[in-house]
Amino acid sequence: MIDTSEYIIAAFILIGAFFGVVTAIGLIRLPDLYTRTHAASKSATLGVMSVLIGALLFFLTEEGLFNSRIVLGIFFVLITAPVGGHLIARAAYNSGVKLAPETVQDDLAKKEQYEAKKKKNSSRD
Amino acid sequence: MKNKPNDLILQTVTTMISFIIILFSIHLFFAGHYTPGGGFIGGLMTAAALVLLLLAYDIKTLNTILPFNFRMMTAAGLLIAVLTGAGALLFNQPFLTHAYDYFELPLLGETSLHTAVLFDIGVYLVVIGVTMTIIQTIGESE
Repeated sequence: MIDTSEYIIAAFILIGAFFGVVTAIGLIRLPDLYTRTHAASKSATLGVMSVLIGALLFFLTEEGLFNSRIVLGIFFVLITAPVGGHLIARAAYNSGVKLAPETVQDDLAKKEQYEAKKKKNSSRD
Repeated sequence: MKNKPNDLILQTVTTMISFIIILFSIHLFFAGHYTPGGGFIGGLMTAAALVLLLLAYDIKTLNTILPFNFRMMTAAGLLIAVLTGAGALLFNQPFLTHAYDYFELPLLGETSLHTAVLFDIGVYLVVIGVTMTIIQTIGESE
């Protein structure tokens, strides 16, 4: 007895597992911390959310119970995981972790000079 | 950047997320009798929400928002737990005997109310109080 809902559930869980693997490969392959947090915070969030949606649909169709805690978990992961990535990357930049050698442009490095120049210009006006 | 850290993203997310964590901890607390949960992990999760507020803001701000004395909270929790156990003695029952009955509540309908909830409130308060006392004592020592 395989109906369409089971295909949809399997698709969600396989997509989630695929994005988990993509995250792991990204963490190994990417050159520096900033690209790695990019991989970890984006695709891991999507992967976990897909697996949770699959679990929600599974319990909804098989057992007929709507588990609101899973919905809360999806919402929670959606909000907190990117913020975690942001905080890791910012803490790394503030403590002076080097960017990858392929980096073309680093605008934040010139922030101090830029703000000093802006202050000087505004005082002149 | 070093002299004035800009925590806007963390603080904005914390104000939203801490309500979800506290709601979920209250859910865990009341779910404890029939499903996994209870006073211990409910209290730990509430303490985790308070620790998240401590991370995003500082100890002074948390003391202004929630002016609790967490040591008194521990004592109150222990007192509630002991009084719940001693309450059984009034009805000629052994210490820590619990009782339950079904009541018609105005909004919730027929609900079984159990005195074990009162004992769990004691556990909940003790866990919050001890966790926050440990964290604040470590945080304040320079």
